[in-house]
Amino acid sequence: MKERRLKRAVLGIVIVLLMLATPVLAAEQYIAMLSFRVGPYAAGGTGFYGGYIDYLDMLNKRDGGINGVKLTWEECETEYKNDRGVECYERLKNNGPTGASVIIPLSTGITYSLIDRVNVDKLPLVTMGYGRSDAADGRVFPYVFPVVTSYWSQNTAKIKYIGSLEGGMDKLKGKKIVNLYHGSAYGKETMGLLDLQAAKYGFTVTHIEVPHPGNEQQSQWMQIRQMKPDWVILRGWGVMNSVALKTAQKVGFPANRMIGGWWSGAEEDVIPAGDAAKNFVTAAFHPSGVDFPVIQDILKHVYAKGGTGNMTDPKRIGQQYFNRGVIQGILVAEAIRTGQEKYGKRSLTGEEMRWGFENLDIDDKRLKELGAHDLLQPLKLSCMDHEGGGAVKFQRWNGDKWEIVSDWIPSDQEIVRPEVEKSAAKYAAEKGITLRNCTQEAKAKK
Amino acid sequence: MIYREAGQFKTTYAQDSLIFPLRQDRLSMVALFAFAYVIVPAFATDYWFSAILIPFLILSLAALGLNILTGYTGQLSLGTAGFMAVGAFAAFNFMLRVPGMPILLAFVLAGLSAAAVGILFGLPSLRIKGFYLAVATLAAQFFIEWTLTKFSWFSNDNSSGVISAQKMQILGYDFDTPVSKYLLTLTIVVVLTVLAINLIRSETGRAFMAVRDMGVAAEVVGIPMLKTKLLSFAISSFYCGIAGALWAFAYLGSVEPQAFDLNRSFQMLFMIIIGGMGSILGSFLGAFFMLLLPILLNVFGHALFPGIRSDLLSNLEVCLFGALIIFFLIVEPQGLAKLWRTGKEKLRLWPFPY
Repeated sequence: MKERRLKRAVLGIVIVLLMLATPVLAAEQYIAMLSFRVGPYAAGGTGFYGGYIDYLDMLNKRDGGINGVKLTWEECETEYKNDRGVECYERLKNNGPTGASVIIPLSTGITYSLIDRVNVDKLPLVTMGYGRSDAADGRVFPYVFPVVTSYWSQNTAKIKYIGSLEGGMDKLKGKKIVNLYHGSAYGKETMGLLDLQAAKYGFTVTHIEVPHPGNEQQSQWMQIRQMKPDWVILRGWGVMNSVALKTAQKVGFPANRMIGGWWSGAEEDVIPAGDAAKNFVTAAFHPSGVDFPVIQDILKHVYAKGGTGNMTDPKRIGQQYFNRGVIQGILVAEAIRTGQEKYGKRSLTGEEMRWGFENLDIDDKRLKELGAHDLLQPLKLSCMDHEGGGAVKFQRWNGDKWEIVSDWIPSDQEIVRPEVEKSAAKYAAEKGITLRNCTQEAKAKK
Repeated sequence: MIYREAGQFKTTYAQDSLIFPLRQDRLSMVALFAFAYVIVPAFATDYWFSAILIPFLILSLAALGLNILTGYTGQLSLGTAGFMAVGAFAAFNFMLRVPGMPILLAFVLAGLSAAAVGILFGLPSLRIKGFYLAVATLAAQFFIEWTLTKFSWFSNDNSSGVISAQKMQILGYDFDTPVSKYLLTLTIVVVLTVLAINLIRSETGRAFMAVRDMGVAAEVVGIPMLKTKLLSFAISSFYCGIAGALWAFAYLGSVEPQAFDLNRSFQMLFMIIIGGMGSILGSFLGAFFMLLLPILLNVFGHALFPGIRSDLLSNLEVCLFGALIIFFLIVEPQGLAKLWRTGKEKLRLWPFPY
């Protein structure tokens, strides 16, 4: 009797061990999430990481992961602080079977703090629509990917858009543009490029700084009123945006003569400004809305049938930050897929993920398959070009929601690319980096 | 009983003026050094070095600098992060513009640059004190941040105002692994801490404390106010400058001026309030509390509640951290260092403490 019980116990233990062991054996792709959900920028963080996680979750539920490799992730709270971001990065970078695989901090500051580290640890750092614009040069920044479009590209598209409203680029001559920027690395990033364009097209540009966080802008707007510019470029972030809109209304500057960037163009930026925000136009690299098959799939597989997704407030699904997160999820998943085609259907290391990103090629057909047509632009990366698309749409706040008012406007790479290479070369010289030889690598691949 | 000086006689002046007159203190110091220099490098992982220990040491150093000014000399300052920024940017520029500049010399020069700026912004302290002085040093904080952002020369014309620290090389040896960076930081912090301890015990340190306790009385007994206060600003800023340089070079690698914003200054001030004003040990305890406790809460949070919503967890951590600050300030308004001192007293009288 006793012996039997012992046998049974041993058998039981073996079964339990097997059950414990099986999930470890099944392939999984571990993704580190350096998210922020508290602090002054929590609205951006919860929306973005909510969309990102919901998309990965949807892939797991709908397709069982990517080619049978399940996606897993772990979050670490950065509070949008650089030092906490570094701590989170160091904490998560070696977790999972093959390491953190991709780093997405959604913060220009954290991006800067991690650039050196990702090169040593061989992990791709993907900064979609923020971070270092010159990292588009993959020869100097092999592990950094400012995908879709950078600040510099956005800026040239913005000037093109203004030109089209004025009735042609030659009409820009003699126009006055004010660049109202957030007093941070993010805000300063486009000043040099604007000066170049001003010289090229013959308009004048005045840079006016709003010190962080930007909840007092009376003097800046008085100055703007005196200058009577034709356009104001609002390069804001967080609370600065709604304050700018309200102050503009107070001094009588029309909102439809203001053009914002995409960090000024979320629902959270305009709703607090009330009717002052009506007709305000911003750049965007994707639209809002839930009418895309991929968003519908998330609603169906993650939220329907009493399921709970990552968003505590499901009303925010389809808003700017959420959709941006979904796009981020699509890019990561597509990079995994691309990497798997080369390295096999298993968990990829950071180095293999980097290859996946560098060889990412999402065309119109693929976008339709993904259910993200019109949500995302076609994208093709390479060793030389870590940015890919670069095109920008413009959207207008109608007091209730964002309306797309332009087609994809391509950026002006004639201006941007030489600046990227110049700036990257300077960084390489400061750091003593030898450039990768892209043509040689392409040959070796064949 | 455990912590008693009975039987330890001082027979020479040299013995009388030791930093640690008690044998127990000396032994525990030796143990601490052995721990920091031998045991930690042998067992800690890269995560511990590059995410926990290095920032902890650097912020302790900055807190120590602020403690010299605020804790010992009684001059409330909100410019700590600004002085750190001066140090970081100065070290970067010395390395960039002077060919063959040794890194340690660059650190010292960075500290001296910060000290010069500190003296400049310390001048108002001769006329104003307390909260008003805090506001004056606030100007330093904003002015420095603004200058570094406004004039792109400081960041070598980087389009976004960010500096990328150069390699740290001493006598041909590259400090590029986490362990080596840790040991370098540790050594610098130890040297500066020992200097600070001696400074506090010296005539200058006593003058600082006299100024803090009662300015008029200090002046009457012949302590020169101008010299003492400015010296305190200079030394404090020197420490902060070196800490800032280390923050850029040994910890982050690239920094923007906003890494040294007002929040960082507040963080430093909270460190010394919680750790203990006017206490060397307090600077370290405060840095531990303010920097590492949130991380510990985060790690334990994830470990204890594996399936919890991460936004809920993040908010819980912030609440718990705030509650702990209030708790410790109620239990011991004089800071964690006072708790330690009380503990030592009790050990001395053990087993019958009162």
